[in-house]
Amino acid sequence: MMPRAWWLRDLVYLVIFVAILIGATYLIAYSETYFPAMRYYHRILVMMGINITLAVSLNIINGHAGQFSLGHAGFMAVGAYFAAFLTLYYFGPYVDRLGEGSGQQWLLQNVLLFIAVILGGIVAAIAGYVVGLPSLRLRGDYLAIVTLGFGEIIRVIILNIDKIGAARGLSGIPPWSNFFWVFFFAGLTILISIRLVNSSVGRAFLAIREDEIAAEAMGVDTTKYKVKAFIIGSCLAGVAGGLFAHFSPAYLNPTMFTFIRSFEVVAMVVLGGLGSITGSILAAIILTFLPEALRGVKDFMPGGRDPRMVIYSLMLIILMLTRPQGLFGRRELWDVLSRRKDTIPKEPRDAGDATDKLDRDAGPPVT
Amino acid sequence: MPATEPILESKNVTIRFGGLTAVSNFDLTVNPRELVGLIGPNGAGKTTIFNMLTGVYKPTEGDIRVGAVSTRDFKPYQITALGLARTFQNIRLFKELTVLENVKAGGHIHYKYSGTSAVLHTNRFHTAEEQAEEDALRLLDLFDLRSRAQYTARNLPYGDQRRLEIARALAARPRLLLLDEPAAGLNTGETAALMTKIREIRDRFGVAILLIEHNMELVMGICERIIVLNYGKTIAQGTPDQIQTNPVVVEAYLGEPVEAAQL
Repeated sequence: MMPRAWWLRDLVYLVIFVAILIGATYLIAYSETYFPAMRYYHRILVMMGINITLAVSLNIINGHAGQFSLGHAGFMAVGAYFAAFLTLYYFGPYVDRLGEGSGQQWLLQNVLLFIAVILGGIVAAIAGYVVGLPSLRLRGDYLAIVTLGFGEIIRVIILNIDKIGAARGLSGIPPWSNFFWVFFFAGLTILISIRLVNSSVGRAFLAIREDEIAAEAMGVDTTKYKVKAFIIGSCLAGVAGGLFAHFSPAYLNPTMFTFIRSFEVVAMVVLGGLGSITGSILAAIILTFLPEALRGVKDFMPGGRDPRMVIYSLMLIILMLTRPQGLFGRRELWDVLSRRKDTIPKEPRDAGDATDKLDRDAGPPVT
Repeated sequence: MPATEPILESKNVTIRFGGLTAVSNFDLTVNPRELVGLIGPNGAGKTTIFNMLTGVYKPTEGDIRVGAVSTRDFKPYQITALGLARTFQNIRLFKELTVLENVKAGGHIHYKYSGTSAVLHTNRFHTAEEQAEEDALRLLDLFDLRSRAQYTARNLPYGDQRRLEIARALAARPRLLLLDEPAAGLNTGETAALMTKIREIRDRFGVAILLIEHNMELVMGICERIIVLNYGKTIAQGTPDQIQTNPVVVEAYLGEPVEAAQL
């Protein structure tokens, strides 16, 4: 039996994790006062955290459950707009009434951000449920097209709601999000993903991906688990959206959530290796940094042309050509390093198969 | 439930695909701990029957009962929960998962806990997972696959894949195990070992077994009762001895006697 206090060890890890994040957040804030250039890197880091959350959550749907979804930007938009709507119209004015810069205000704004982000995630989960329903009937390419459509529908709906800015975009959202919250939720997403995949729920996801008929024959309610994967994945995408909405400049526009955004996340998951959590994380880091790192190339080009996206695309193509299964394939970093064996020693099988086969097949000729 | 009550009963089961009647008026009763063989020429409808019993196809007519429950409106996973587990003619393992994960996934219905439990690693999660691991390893021992527990299923030799599929089906702790050509592609030695194993499974788990097989040595060697199918119809049933001497069966397999053809 395991120790009774199952939560104790996790709690200790949580405290350590939070402490490290708080330390890092303050370190970044202090360094910004001395090196203004840090603001740029701060923003990239935060975008990286958001992309990690998006990639890892999409990996649950695409990589683990094997349901090819192209609507992730839509779920992100739902979470972003809902959370922003709450803080802009309800939470923000309330916090503003408290004394500027007081500890009370600081505490309240963080608590309210947390609530808004979680609620955004829940609303995105509901959207995920609605999108998950057609996945009961559709597979592969067909599902991809439907989810693509859903993502666009969500964007067009937002584009037509005046209360949340419509085509003008939504500005004036309180910029409460920061390094701490983004990486707190990224960590949470990774934890949820890892623990799910190593549980009976995760095994059900993987079984569906590997062979739906066999999964059903082993007692897996494939419908239920497919919808579950959609709900979990879209909820976490909604959380990422909420955090994105509240990070300065805290401005949202429907054009941020086109299917191109979905494709970016899909590219991260595929590049990392469908089904590999560590692969998704690594790919999210690479694909966030790469376009930024390539900004310098412009300086060496005649006439100030910017070949950044061309190089970025070429690198993607080369990567996928040389490693079509993604950086880690379906394995995790620790599988690559340790126990899972993928090759086995050749075992001599009995000779004489040919005659055995004749024996066995000497059965019924169909008349 | 008294042990004498049948596990599976099918009455007048008929299925048509368009104009083709694949199986017509199929009757079958399987009692606990029974070893029943289902044979017949290619295309006789054996696998179609398996697919109807496990809920993949819905019969056009007739009734199938698993432990007195009519499975007419049941989905395959619900039928598994009633105590039916199967293997497939063309192996359907979870190829990218490890051998151990395959067997654990097979026991899916027995290790239930919520996703929240899984994320929080509650006691419930630990208890269920330890149980899953223990059960899975015991099954792997039975099939001599323990040393390969961490291999990816895709990389197993063919014979091991066949045995792993049976182990996975047993992980669902069925009362009736359906084996679809378990000896297909195995050599003589492996087939002999499989025969011993099938008997061992029956005795050890007290499970009834219904199997489709073309290998007559295996069917005649272990089945207590055999049902012969041709063109979707039951043409004979009985003990192996009765079947071997039944003229109708001989005709279905070898064609009409020469005298008859001359008439």
